[in-house]
Amino acid sequence: MTVEGLSRIQFAVVALFHFLFVPLTLGLSVITAYMETRYVRSGDETFLRMAKFWGRLFIVNFAIGVVTGITLEFQFGMNWAQYSKYVGNIFGAPLAIEATVAFFLESTFIGLWIFSWNRVSKRAHAVIIWFVAFASTLSAVWILIANGWMQRPVGYALQGDKAVLSSFGALIGNKMAWIEVFHTLMASYVLASFFVMGISAFHLLRKHEVYLFTRSFKIGAVLALASSVLVIVGGDLSGVAVAKDQPTKLAAFESQWNTEQHATFYLLTLPDTKKETNYFQAIGIPGGTSFLSYHNFNSTVRGLKSFPANDRPPVMVTFLSFRLMVLLGFLFVLLSILAVVYSQRGTLDKRRWFLRIMPFAIFLPYLASELGWIVTEIGRQPWIVYGLLRTADASSRAISAGDVLASLVGFVVIYSLLAAADLFLLTKYARKVPA
Amino acid sequence: MGLQILWFILWGLLWAVYFMLDGFDLGSGILRNFLAKDDTERRIILHSIGPVWDGNEVWLITAGGATFAAFPATYASMFSFLYIPMLIILFSLIGRGVAVEFRNKDERQGWKSLWDWVMMVCSLVASFMFGLVFGNVFRGLSIGANGYEGTFGDLLNYYGLLTGLLFVAMFIVHGMLWVAVKTDGELSERAYKRAGAFWYALLVIAVLFLVANAFATKLYDNFLGHPVWIIVPALAVLCLLAVKLFLARGNDVEAFFASAATIVLVTFTGVIGLYPNLIPSRTDAAFSLTAFNSSSGHYTLTVMTIVAAIFVPIVIVYQILVYRLYRKRITREEVAEGSEFY
Repeated sequence: MTVEGLSRIQFAVVALFHFLFVPLTLGLSVITAYMETRYVRSGDETFLRMAKFWGRLFIVNFAIGVVTGITLEFQFGMNWAQYSKYVGNIFGAPLAIEATVAFFLESTFIGLWIFSWNRVSKRAHAVIIWFVAFASTLSAVWILIANGWMQRPVGYALQGDKAVLSSFGALIGNKMAWIEVFHTLMASYVLASFFVMGISAFHLLRKHEVYLFTRSFKIGAVLALASSVLVIVGGDLSGVAVAKDQPTKLAAFESQWNTEQHATFYLLTLPDTKKETNYFQAIGIPGGTSFLSYHNFNSTVRGLKSFPANDRPPVMVTFLSFRLMVLLGFLFVLLSILAVVYSQRGTLDKRRWFLRIMPFAIFLPYLASELGWIVTEIGRQPWIVYGLLRTADASSRAISAGDVLASLVGFVVIYSLLAAADLFLLTKYARKVPA
Repeated sequence: MGLQILWFILWGLLWAVYFMLDGFDLGSGILRNFLAKDDTERRIILHSIGPVWDGNEVWLITAGGATFAAFPATYASMFSFLYIPMLIILFSLIGRGVAVEFRNKDERQGWKSLWDWVMMVCSLVASFMFGLVFGNVFRGLSIGANGYEGTFGDLLNYYGLLTGLLFVAMFIVHGMLWVAVKTDGELSERAYKRAGAFWYALLVIAVLFLVANAFATKLYDNFLGHPVWIIVPALAVLCLLAVKLFLARGNDVEAFFASAATIVLVTFTGVIGLYPNLIPSRTDAAFSLTAFNSSSGHYTLTVMTIVAAIFVPIVIVYQILVYRLYRKRITREEVAEGSEFY
């Protein structure tokens, strides 16, 4: 394999692995902060014990998130040197700003939060975790501004062999980036609230700390319902933005081969990439794809065949990942509605089947989040910066395929060990009845 | 022009501050297993860096990010030309960070020993590799018309290895002084003595390094051209001597700050010697990556300057506040019974 091919696999491994930890950090920091605030306001010790229980899981998860995050910053220079040279003028800025305004705040205040339960006032301690939550969110904003620029490059000018920044305002005002921020944050809240509900359900089944875990479950359920509906709103906004700015990605989402007005959305279909058509199409909604793309049943959707073959993304992976992600998104709404209804009526203990499913449902938002990134990044191919720079022209020239193979093996081994250690600790602390 | 020079200085400063801060985390990590007599002492040392190591490491991420934003071509070259050392640094920092956070999350002896071992090896390897990388940057890389023309083996030259040893020795002394300052009783005294013993090793390596600079690098050209800058290496030497002086007098806090200053001044001796290069070419000066030919455009540098001017002072203020909050020496009793400790 080539340096480029191996580097792409390596980036997929390290980015997808890192993103196993990011959404829980984003979501659980807010949930823990909310619980601690309730404790400060009400003086109810249950909320304090809740904050400590969920906070401990947050910390274990956070540690791996931090160390695997450094990898990504190193990756751009190590494996994508041509990319870094080409876009460093623009792409480097949000990365450096992310470190300066968000990472320092996040990492300094998390250290403070862990060790200052008895050193600062109750109120100050709750404020500290809000700072951590705020800083995590801020870092998500900056990294997605960077990613948003790769999806929809704005505010730049071409100068010789590189792109240079011409408008910082356009860079940070990129609509694509802010839709990504919204979609990602909501997805993270879905993930964290399913995490809280799943572990609470595990304990409720065993009658551990029923009051504490019922309260936790309720908080999770309300957040899950709100965020799972909003994540679909965010998905819809993304679809429209993709249709406008990344037509090849949209066509791959829907396996739309021919340009059509009033394009039909098929609930069941499967692309045949060799023959450039679909094996079958069933249960059509006339104008559905047109509506999803442009919010207009009669609009024209460009098909894949209207683009040169070397400008199209891998259709099968993009299509299947997209479909599965969307399906999971609707499943989250359904499960959240049940969770809200049962927990608000106080009938959770009678719905043991539901409590039995929820611990397993923890894994589904993880899957959906990973699929989201697969859709976003593979759907953007063959471009590393959409319409501007091809992935094939972006990898480092100073390294050999052997170098990358060695590092890829290293990452797989080390990350597997990290995953094992993390899973061991998370399971241990999740099963432990709070003190 | 002005902004490029400003960012060249900031580039050096960010790395120097990173080495100064993470230097004591790494240094105490290297010797921790040998310094501590029992599990409680191991926990005390871990706890001394626990609340701050992560914030310290962000200086590295910022140094990397600033290099990316201000000098994209240097960032791309530094990380891809030095692929293997950078990879080893990355793996070591991952191991070190996880070891700190996970070591006391389970009571089993095997689990603790595993992470103690990981922490020691990773701290040592990261320290050495940072030295190896910067030694080779000071020395220059084989950059030709087609980019990097050297191999990983070329990096293992005597000067690179010597700089690796220099970093290990600097960080060990720094880390031992940190432990001496942050703990009390026997452990503090033991760390204090180790710092004194390793200081001699550091002195020998530092002298060799200063001599080797003249033969293996062109760092001294700038000092010969502009003798006023000799004040920086001179101060570095003075600070190194001051470490021993303070140690002899029993002033551990002053010795620690002298050691911190030594690290910053040693880094800046290299940075001043490099100017205007960030990475000199050994093949032909025309291929050197400089503050002028590898920088971002004026507009990006202006944006970055504004961001740095606003946020870096804020970061420094709250990091100092956190260090102040934890300024008390950690006692054996509080770690033995406290649940808030590593």
